[in-house]
Amino acid sequence: MSELVLPLYFPKGRLVLMSLWPELELVLPEVSKPARYIGGEGGMAKPEHHPSKVSWLLAYPDTYEIGLPNQGLQILYEILNERDDAVAERAYAPWVDMEAEMRAAGLPLFSVDTHRRAADFDVLAFNLSAELVYTNVLNCIDLAGAPVRADLRGDGDLLIGAGGHCTYNPEPLADFVDFFVLGDGEEAVSEINTVVLDWKRAGKKSRQRVLRELAAVEGVYVPSLYDVVYDGPELVSITPRFADVPAVVEKRTVADLAAWPYPKHQLVPLTEVVHDRLNVEVFRGCTRGCRFCQAGMITRPVRERPAEQVRTMVADGLARSGYDEVALTSLSTADFSGIEEVVAATMDCGAGEVSVSLPSLRVDAFTVGLAAQIQRARRTGLTFAPEAGSWRMRRVINKLIDERDLYGAVESAFSQGWRRMKLYFLTGLPTETDVDTLAIGELARNCVELGKAHTKNPSVTVSLGGFVPKPFTPFQWFGQNTVAELQRKVFLLRDDIKRNRGVQMKWHDPKASLAEGIASRGDRRIGRVIEEVWRQGGTFQEWSEHFDYDRWTQAMDRHGLSVDWYVYRHRTEDEVLPWDHLSAGLHKDFLWQDWRDALNEVGLEDCRWTPCYDCGACTGYSIEHIVASAVPPAGGSQGTGQVPTDFLPPAAVAVRLSGVGTGT
Amino acid sequence: MNPNEAPRTRVRLRYSKAGRIRFTSHRDVARIWERSLRRTGLPVAQTEGFSPRAKLHFGLALATGYESDAEYLDVDFKRADIAVTDVLDALLSVLPDGIAATGAAVLAPGAMSLQQAVTSCDWDIELLGVTADDLARWVDRVCGATTLMVTRERKGRQITDDMAPQVRALEVGEPTSRGVRLLATLGTQPRAARPSELLAAFEPGYRPVLVRRTRQWIEQDGARLEPLEVGAAPAQRTMVGVQ
Repeated sequence: MSELVLPLYFPKGRLVLMSLWPELELVLPEVSKPARYIGGEGGMAKPEHHPSKVSWLLAYPDTYEIGLPNQGLQILYEILNERDDAVAERAYAPWVDMEAEMRAAGLPLFSVDTHRRAADFDVLAFNLSAELVYTNVLNCIDLAGAPVRADLRGDGDLLIGAGGHCTYNPEPLADFVDFFVLGDGEEAVSEINTVVLDWKRAGKKSRQRVLRELAAVEGVYVPSLYDVVYDGPELVSITPRFADVPAVVEKRTVADLAAWPYPKHQLVPLTEVVHDRLNVEVFRGCTRGCRFCQAGMITRPVRERPAEQVRTMVADGLARSGYDEVALTSLSTADFSGIEEVVAATMDCGAGEVSVSLPSLRVDAFTVGLAAQIQRARRTGLTFAPEAGSWRMRRVINKLIDERDLYGAVESAFSQGWRRMKLYFLTGLPTETDVDTLAIGELARNCVELGKAHTKNPSVTVSLGGFVPKPFTPFQWFGQNTVAELQRKVFLLRDDIKRNRGVQMKWHDPKASLAEGIASRGDRRIGRVIEEVWRQGGTFQEWSEHFDYDRWTQAMDRHGLSVDWYVYRHRTEDEVLPWDHLSAGLHKDFLWQDWRDALNEVGLEDCRWTPCYDCGACTGYSIEHIVASAVPPAGGSQGTGQVPTDFLPPAAVAVRLSGVGTGT
Repeated sequence: MNPNEAPRTRVRLRYSKAGRIRFTSHRDVARIWERSLRRTGLPVAQTEGFSPRAKLHFGLALATGYESDAEYLDVDFKRADIAVTDVLDALLSVLPDGIAATGAAVLAPGAMSLQQAVTSCDWDIELLGVTADDLARWVDRVCGATTLMVTRERKGRQITDDMAPQVRALEVGEPTSRGVRLLATLGTQPRAARPSELLAAFEPGYRPVLVRRTRQWIEQDGARLEPLEVGAAPAQRTMVGVQ
């Protein structure tokens, strides 16, 4: 039984079915995981298109199961669909088998909500969460039926937009995307909608005009309106071509998260996805100041959601979704003021059948009191992220957790019955020596030893990622380790760990870190490389089975671009960076000072509980931290490295942990 | 069962699966039922242990992409006073589009599980690109064959079965707007024969555009019973929606 398909309009006297479903359902039996393409999620909007509305196709350029849970996309989807003058649907990158079927059958990119052709929308907007999806962005634009290069698109073609963390260096995609949005999208998306609506009402006459008007929206960057000057390999300047186009585009920041209780109707997919649970964002921004962490730098200041609103969103979300797990999300959830009370309230509201997970949890804020609240022991994975093996290295990266912080957290977990856990580390950090790398093995072995007091076969998995420097961080000037050097360090640690049966090791492919590095800090010329990798069939590059290192290096060579120049060399203070015409609010001299402090192994405490360092993120936008508690959460060294003597949890204390992980 | 446990009720539900949701997998449907039952707030029994789950017992898996009028699921409730009408009412507003509960019965203690009890299924198979006459000749040949050898792959090994004993009935149905229909009754014991295997069993071999399970049957003492009719105690009071 196929769905009812209504003919909605009759251009040129021909009946056009807006839904591609009758054709798609003939193709879906041939592909893997066809439920990726059916939509129908709980909470799905009922899109009603109309000439007086701007229609948005919000796309996540990765598979459905990765993209569906994305909270940023879901928030914008709801905000747009609440407006009278907008309608939004969603699309995800078709997996390679589906793409082949679509291309063979002449089917374009489509929405999963009503299976409408991408070309029938006004705006195709991408969420950019990771650099390795860039080739998928091009593929989606191509599947949508639009020219991938922005300068070849005409008045009738889709407007292509992008938001998300990667837009803080949009230059590698500047040739393909019409406009980027920096920062929080909640307010900007409505302002953009208004501009596009005016253009649509006027008959979409001049693409140039709408782009100029979009550039006037705060937080919107229109790359085609800027001239880029190079001197050999060096970037000299990126300057606006018109007086009314901003020389520096400032990010958008929502001042108060309480005004934006979204998503109100989190999508509940019919098929399994990652993070398949209720997710409630408890705060945005982080000022712990980890120097490798782009998210912590670009999302400042800290804006907590009121605890009462968190409780309401949890209760409503659980009742609506039927989920039995809720994640309280943020960049460091244990830092939320009154986290213990909120977790306790969440447990109460679940009537003992709902588990709480705290996906990003610093070990120094992982207290016995907090752990004791998480009573429902569904022993999902437990991940701690010390990030670096030695105390010296952690001072460099400003992740000021003491070893005793980690051992305290690990001891708690083992004592409550966990037998295995994961420790996340980076390698290839600034000033790293083999002593630092090998210290990772030492930490892991000590954790296994702690476990032996509680279980026969404790197991610790070391997960090792190669560090890729990111824009708007103090490490943006740092020369990334070469593939060979990262590989050497990986093997050094692997050989060191091999002798201990309790320690396993997984690592990220250093070659993929190189490709990520090319896109992370590349300038506009890198667009040619991305386009070539895509044209050679290089989609889904973040999937190891599809990643092709040679395509990236050969494309660099063919376009006369040097990996050494773009990735490996240290940048200088006076150098023009490809994102200097954009602003995350952070003063460049603040970042430079923090970079020098890093090299001098000088730590910097969290400014939400200490005086301001004037990084610029608050003062520049006349906003402030919104933090309910004036003091850090109890326990651990709290970013000082000074562990209170009474911190270590006695093994006898009855605590149960559930689904707790730590992130950056 | 632990005699000290609270009294339990096992309810057998019948549901349909149609439309785009037919592309969800058996596992997906299990998760959908878990979430939907939680949303009803009904007192579903939970498994013991560190990872408690709702006590749901699913019947024969339906292949991804197939529709069905006759899927079954047994649900344990942790109370004795469960009325099937209340269960069906509560499910009305929580199931996603394409899945609908169409009947329910309280099972008598000791009723056989669906997987063990069901002996055959009726299938409605839509084919494109074949005429009714050609299909009728194909049906005659299949019905006349003494053996129907079918090879399938299992854990990397080729296994050949004779599915002739599993073909209980086969006929050409009324045409659809776009193709022809084949109606089949296939056995499910010891292993459920699949419509795709039947279609591949005899040259030229067909690929269905849509397959729909229309009935499941339990053969008991020479009678064919609908799974809601089996072991329901007492039938008149606790059964709703039996066709």
